[in-house]
Amino acid sequence: MSEMICENCGSTDAVVHLTQIVNNQMSTHHLCEKCAAEKGLDSGPAVGDMPLVDVIAQIAEDPAVDTHWGSGQCSFCGLTHDDFRRTGRLGCPHCYESFSAELPRLLRRIHGGAKHVGKVYLPPDPSASELEKRLDGLRRRLERAVQSEDFERAAEIRDQIRALEPA
Amino acid sequence: MNDFEAIPDHGLGWLEASGEHADIVLSTRVRVARNLQGHAFGPRARVNDREAVLREFRAAIERSPGLRDGVLLELPSVGERMRRILHERRLVTRDLLGHDDGEPASGTAVHFSTRDPVSVMVNEEDHLRAQSLVSGLRIQEAWQVVDRLDDELGRELPFAYHHDFGFLTSCPTNVGTGLRASVFMHLPGLVLTKEIGKALRGLGELGLTFRGLYGEGSEVVGQFFQVSNQITLGRTEDDLVDGLERAVRTVIQKELEARHWLTREARGITEDKIWRAYGLLRYARSLSFDELMALLSSVRLGKSLKLLPGLRVYSLNKIMVFTQPAHLEQAAGRDLSPEELDEHRASYVRRVLATEGDVSATDDPSAGDPSSEKP
Repeated sequence: MSEMICENCGSTDAVVHLTQIVNNQMSTHHLCEKCAAEKGLDSGPAVGDMPLVDVIAQIAEDPAVDTHWGSGQCSFCGLTHDDFRRTGRLGCPHCYESFSAELPRLLRRIHGGAKHVGKVYLPPDPSASELEKRLDGLRRRLERAVQSEDFERAAEIRDQIRALEPA
Repeated sequence: MNDFEAIPDHGLGWLEASGEHADIVLSTRVRVARNLQGHAFGPRARVNDREAVLREFRAAIERSPGLRDGVLLELPSVGERMRRILHERRLVTRDLLGHDDGEPASGTAVHFSTRDPVSVMVNEEDHLRAQSLVSGLRIQEAWQVVDRLDDELGRELPFAYHHDFGFLTSCPTNVGTGLRASVFMHLPGLVLTKEIGKALRGLGELGLTFRGLYGEGSEVVGQFFQVSNQITLGRTEDDLVDGLERAVRTVIQKELEARHWLTREARGITEDKIWRAYGLLRYARSLSFDELMALLSSVRLGKSLKLLPGLRVYSLNKIMVFTQPAHLEQAAGRDLSPEELDEHRASYVRRVLATEGDVSATDDPSAGDPSSEKP
């Protein structure tokens, strides 16, 4: 297969291949190293290629960040920050509260965001506000299913909404 | 009920080669990770945590009309070889089998629904991991099956859920949706044309990742790749599933282009490689699993390029599963030494190719003969 040519300067071999999704449209750009650097695209290793414990260590060692990694403990399961740094695993649901000051930074590093926007969980005996949040989530999914003309899915979600809405 | 025979399709439905692009996409898997409130996660769970989780799960499926008829296997009471067979069929992870040939931890179990192609691992790294494993490219369908099961379980069980972080998981790489969708692909065209590096880097830029056959940490063998979403937080499930589907379709398109290039620009070498692989598989007396996968990869490409029309993709899928150690030992009815495994593997492959894929009629001796080519 032929070598890729940089679409910016047209002369050098393109080594950076950037795929973007904007408004559901995927586009791919091929750039040489120089043009990519000028556009501020870093082709260094992505977080995805790094073991999680290294990402945690890197954040913990960042002098610019005043976090308290290394101290503190989960009151429910006893997990310490050291345990977390060593294993990359949290100990129990309460750990997310115990370490809530530091976690968002790590989560943003891993996921690019720290706020859940997916399915809204409805516990077995939901409160009125939990029910409303769940209904909001379902209405958003319904809208999306209709937009993408997935009418079978839309009908299913509509049934779920009807089952939850107060009569 | 603790009956291996009762598992729907014996857990082999994903081999049937029925979904879209089944020659390139072997299977689709979608799973969600869920944990129960009030118990430590898997790695820190004590025996009483694990047993309580299994008790709560069992009570939930008994209350749930759609799940009551399923099959629940408690791993400590499943024989060692059958446990390995479950793993070789990709129905349980290595984690669930117990480490270093030890016994599985108490409370570990797997539940199979009889209604949908969906199962739940209990007391893995997370308390519950619901997964749907189906043949071909069927990401939306697998997600809908898992979504429905998740709703049913959520109605009965108090999941650990946080208004900002979503569904809470042992590993922060799974938190939020807890959703991992992965597509198991065969990409020999991209490997042979050396375009695979570019394709994989492209996936990385989209927040997707790739792994070998058995998931995290496993090697890529025989040009088979598992492509999955890396991100689980900050996007909706529909976005994650749609994003993977779009990327996989792009990779399929690139794979088809690479195959087209191979048949146009390197037909002789490609056909020779395929027929040599077929010959070795058809007549070899001893095959290691890695050698088998490499040869199977070439033969699978040959089938896709319509060089071996007598073969079925299903037979090739079946060979991949039934030539693994526990399956060969089960067929032999005894444990096998490494040398015996290689011999039994070769024998199994010869038998399948002889009975399910006679290609001799399609092997025109004049095909590919340079002297017969027109100037």
